[in-house]
Amino acid sequence: MNSFPWLTVLGLVPLVGSIVVALLPKSKPALAKQLAFAISLAVLAFVVVIALQFDGSTSAPFQFVEFHDWIPAFGVTYSLGVDGIGLVLIALSAVLVPITILAGWNDVEEPNPESVGSVKGYFALILALETLMIGVFAATDVFLFYVFFEAMLIPVYFMIGRYGGAQRSYAAMKFLIYSLVGGLFMLAAMIGLFVASAQILGKGTFNWFALVGLNIDPTTQKFLFLGFFFAFAIKAPLWPFHTWLPDAAGASKPGTAVLLIGVLDKVGTFGMLRYCLPIFPSASDFYAPIIIALAVIGIFYGAFVALGQNDLKRLFAYSSMSHFGFIILGIFVFTSIGISGSTVYMIAHGLSTAALFLAAGFLMQRRNGSTLLSDYSGVNKPAPVLAGFFLFAALSSLALPGLVSFVGEFMVLLGTFQRYMWVGGIATLGIVITAAYVLRVYQKSMTGPVGNGLEGVKDLNGREITVLVPIVLLTIFLGLYPAPVLNVVNPAVDTVMTVIGATNPEPTVGLSSTTSEGAQQ
Amino acid sequence: MQEVMPVTGVFSLLWLLIALPLVGAAILLLGGRKLNKWGVYLGVFTVLVDAVIAVAMLIAMMGNSAQERTFSQNQFSWMFAGNFKVDMAFQIDQLSMVFVLLITIVGALIHVYSLGYMSHDPDKRKFFGYLNLFVAAMLLLILANNYLLLYVGWEGVGLASYLLISFWQIKPSAAAAGKKAFIINRVGDVGLSLAIMVMFVTFGSVGFQEVFGSAGQASEGTLTAIGLLLLLAACGKSAQFPLQAWLLDAMEGPTPVSALIHAATMVTAGVYLIARSHAIFDIATTAATAVVIVGVVTMFMGAVIGSAKDDIKKSLAGSTMSQIGYMVLAAGLGPIGYVFAIFHLLTHGVFKAGLFLGAGSVMHGMNDNVNMRRYGALRTAMFVTYATFIIGTLSIMGIPPFSGFWSKDSIIHAAFESNTLVGVLTIIAAAITGFYMTRMAAMTFYGKARWEDDVHPHESPKVMTIPLIILAVGSTFLGMGLLFWGNIETWLEPVVGLKKEEIAIPEALLMAITLVLVLAGAAYGWIQYARREVPAIAPRGSWLTRAARQDLHGDDINDILVVQPAFWVSRFLVWFDGSWIDGLVNGSAAFFGGLSGRLRRYQTGFIRSYALSMVGGAVLVVLALVLVRLS
Amino acid sequence: MNPSNYVILSALLFGIGTLGVLVRRNAIVVFMSVELMLNAANLAFVAFARMNGNLDGQVVAFFVMVVAAAEVVVGLAIIVQIFRSRRSASIDEPNLLKY
Repeated sequence: MNSFPWLTVLGLVPLVGSIVVALLPKSKPALAKQLAFAISLAVLAFVVVIALQFDGSTSAPFQFVEFHDWIPAFGVTYSLGVDGIGLVLIALSAVLVPITILAGWNDVEEPNPESVGSVKGYFALILALETLMIGVFAATDVFLFYVFFEAMLIPVYFMIGRYGGAQRSYAAMKFLIYSLVGGLFMLAAMIGLFVASAQILGKGTFNWFALVGLNIDPTTQKFLFLGFFFAFAIKAPLWPFHTWLPDAAGASKPGTAVLLIGVLDKVGTFGMLRYCLPIFPSASDFYAPIIIALAVIGIFYGAFVALGQNDLKRLFAYSSMSHFGFIILGIFVFTSIGISGSTVYMIAHGLSTAALFLAAGFLMQRRNGSTLLSDYSGVNKPAPVLAGFFLFAALSSLALPGLVSFVGEFMVLLGTFQRYMWVGGIATLGIVITAAYVLRVYQKSMTGPVGNGLEGVKDLNGREITVLVPIVLLTIFLGLYPAPVLNVVNPAVDTVMTVIGATNPEPTVGLSSTTSEGAQQ
Repeated sequence: MQEVMPVTGVFSLLWLLIALPLVGAAILLLGGRKLNKWGVYLGVFTVLVDAVIAVAMLIAMMGNSAQERTFSQNQFSWMFAGNFKVDMAFQIDQLSMVFVLLITIVGALIHVYSLGYMSHDPDKRKFFGYLNLFVAAMLLLILANNYLLLYVGWEGVGLASYLLISFWQIKPSAAAAGKKAFIINRVGDVGLSLAIMVMFVTFGSVGFQEVFGSAGQASEGTLTAIGLLLLLAACGKSAQFPLQAWLLDAMEGPTPVSALIHAATMVTAGVYLIARSHAIFDIATTAATAVVIVGVVTMFMGAVIGSAKDDIKKSLAGSTMSQIGYMVLAAGLGPIGYVFAIFHLLTHGVFKAGLFLGAGSVMHGMNDNVNMRRYGALRTAMFVTYATFIIGTLSIMGIPPFSGFWSKDSIIHAAFESNTLVGVLTIIAAAITGFYMTRMAAMTFYGKARWEDDVHPHESPKVMTIPLIILAVGSTFLGMGLLFWGNIETWLEPVVGLKKEEIAIPEALLMAITLVLVLAGAAYGWIQYARREVPAIAPRGSWLTRAARQDLHGDDINDILVVQPAFWVSRFLVWFDGSWIDGLVNGSAAFFGGLSGRLRRYQTGFIRSYALSMVGGAVLVVLALVLVRLS
Repeated sequence: MNPSNYVILSALLFGIGTLGVLVRRNAIVVFMSVELMLNAANLAFVAFARMNGNLDGQVVAFFVMVVAAAEVVVGLAIIVQIFRSRRSASIDEPNLLKY
């Protein structure tokens, strides 16, 4: 491995880009957009280069490792590195950012009575957010992670609060307070973790590698785990810590919602996987039944509430909550299939959410931004391409086999079933309700007689199609051939499994059959 | 267990069978309006090529010995994690082979027919795209070598079915019917998903070979669970009780769709699933009994519904349910019945496709009216349709020497071999079949003309009648051909097994009793609907008729038991989320807001009161210090 | 002379000053009371310096004097401004800075 600081450079590119975009004159909004788009594409290319160098077969799970002292007195280090899970999530962010920028090309126009921010500001914030997302997924120091984790709130707060819809300040404030409360618990737990590590190692540290396998006293673990978990559960969001999400999603631009739900919320589930499980294995084991129960409640709760929603954005937010139930479920059943499935599901959910929010966003733009489902009917007639993409997004959301969301969902369910048969069985029922609410949306908005004032709706233009096509292609490709993701994720998952000391349940008769077959040969 | 051979020769094209229509679908769905002209021929072409490949495979397969007819083609690893690994792998054996032939040949005929039927539709490229998608998914279902890949095809056909039922989306009823079909099928999918999970947990694999190979080592309880879950899946896809409610609504789709998907191929996937999983049902006898019960119940439900409906397509749909009930019950009989379930599936696929296309041809001539009470005396106006429809009718009724006779008689015989009661029930259902099919034919082609005013019945174009004629030929000879020339029994035996047992009644007598009862039913139908005047408005009818017109209240039951409660829960949770969970959050915000409102009252603005509190504070501090010092 | 007498005197002066601040309404008188408190503190500092035998207290006393002088400058300016706008030197009247 060469010593070039790949990850630092990767993180700096969008940051520098963000500053440059912010410094552009206000009179040239077009230039700001183009520059931001070019930078995001450069980041994507950079990520592709990194991904190609990533070696999925080595035993060292973390690659591109960087390590520098930062605040030696407190054992804080600036250390970066990615394992397969971090890599695919960074890749997801890098894919979604240019898509978001292109999709939001005309979302912010200067003399807009609704929003108060400038055009260049919006795109600069997106780029700044990209830096922080990369940092969060690449950090291997708890303190560094925390810094990125909290700093992410700032651009998102402004993206909602300055560029959002009617309820923007309420939603932005709610988002901020929710996240800060969670972050506070995490901060406290982090300090506790530092003290605990000082007691064991003699010198406190925040370095992830040193903290994993530390064998902290189980009682202490239980408290510290809760602090971390609470922050992640709010971020994810797990039932019942979810109510900020519908408000935030409902008040933000489609692009903001994509980054918020598609990537930011993944930080919660990623955090559980990266920090809660390996650092607090016995506490994870202790709390797993409760968390699994909450996740299953979340699956059904989100789905049922989505079934009764009339506001498209809120509906998608609740559906995401249901999907996050699956992801969290997969993480906390402690099986390779479940955890791998959760990671695939994170990717799948990022893509399907992006498709849903963007397609719905394009639809709403055509009706003065109305988010009410009852305002739409029969759109398929005047805008078949839009309807087609919308249907695809819907099918991707209900995990149609052959799409990547199916790979994730099925693996999560299988992994759950393997460990807890009844939980897996009950969670599987969720796929029926998912189908019900997803198809209800499509049926109400796209089919039937054309609604009033929708006769002249224009179909998607070239830019909008360009935005959606990569998502569609990725969804299908990874659905039929998820190996590129699984190849890098599985070693990382195996490491997690080893650290928490969990083993996969063996098939009840498969073992004996393989041995008997071996005997025959 | 048969030997699995690597693919050679024509079998290396296995993947192409699926890829061709898939590519066709992709081109047609993405190409846009300009494809309306020539794109439709592309849609027909892909399926025709598939049919040719399938025939070539059949010839190649017949050249091999009976034990060497299973070929498997592994493409790449699909899903893997921990000890879980599923391949993207295809497999063809004798059972898959007959399905591939049915799907591609009947599919090709229906594609050709659609050229005429859909010629005026502005979205016909989409229609052909969806049809191609269906063929690809159905072939994937049949050719998968493991349950998970089968599941992909299983959902794929469901998707195609959804898209095609709601093809005329502008009609709210069509859109609702499509959604309903998809959601009810999802319930079945839960069964399939769970069955796959139980298999994995038990056997450590979801491949056919591995699961069937070690099925004997699993406990009977586990196998019963798998069997019942598979039955649930089959019920969803094959419209069996209690998941039957979607099939009748599915008739909202264009008629070729009803013929291909909702009669000939997709709805029989459940029978395929059971026959394919015979290794499980052979041991799990409880599950097999459940299969028989489901089959018998649906056989009668379908027959009753078919007898009461005035809508020609819905009547045919009822008949489809009933006939699939026959197949399912035969499949539940075990090795006695598998072969005949598949046999009936094949002949049914041909004659029911012919009947549906015939119905479509009638509708084509009658301005898309489906009400048989407004038909009548059409035998001269559309002779080819009439002749082919009658052949199909005779075939489904089980009149010798038409195809249906041979397959249905085999099932009745097999039923008697297993259980006399089931045997008697199959004969009664056959008699009802005689009644409703005669009723349908009589109302449509005989009696007086009861046409609406501006209707001018005419024969359909050649592109539609030629497929009808070919299917009519199949309805006549396929049964004899498969039984005597094709040796369907020995062909399928290596895959699903075959067992024969003696029955108490002589075979000829059984056949004669069946025939007499069928003819009695037919005669009753003839007297009622050809000899007597058929009122244009349906009479009130008995309670059974009225219930059957309501699909035996299947929708109402679903509504009361599932749909309404689901919406209650949904409404309750929306309220709960807003007033309690979010209320709690906003409530705590309001609490702190209110607290600060109280506290700021102490900021009076009077400097002297601030000074007083400072003094008070200082005094307190001093007191504290003094106390600490003293103690 | 016993230095503790100075401390007692300082406490008395401080008490008088405090009382003046709390009960008087006229800004000028309040101001003078504050000065009295400051100087009481000064006296205490000097007395303690004497008692401890070092110069720390004396130094602090100088600081306090400087602060007091600066305070007088700012404070009187504010009082004059208030008086100009309100025609009264009562400190209870300008209570706009409240909840």
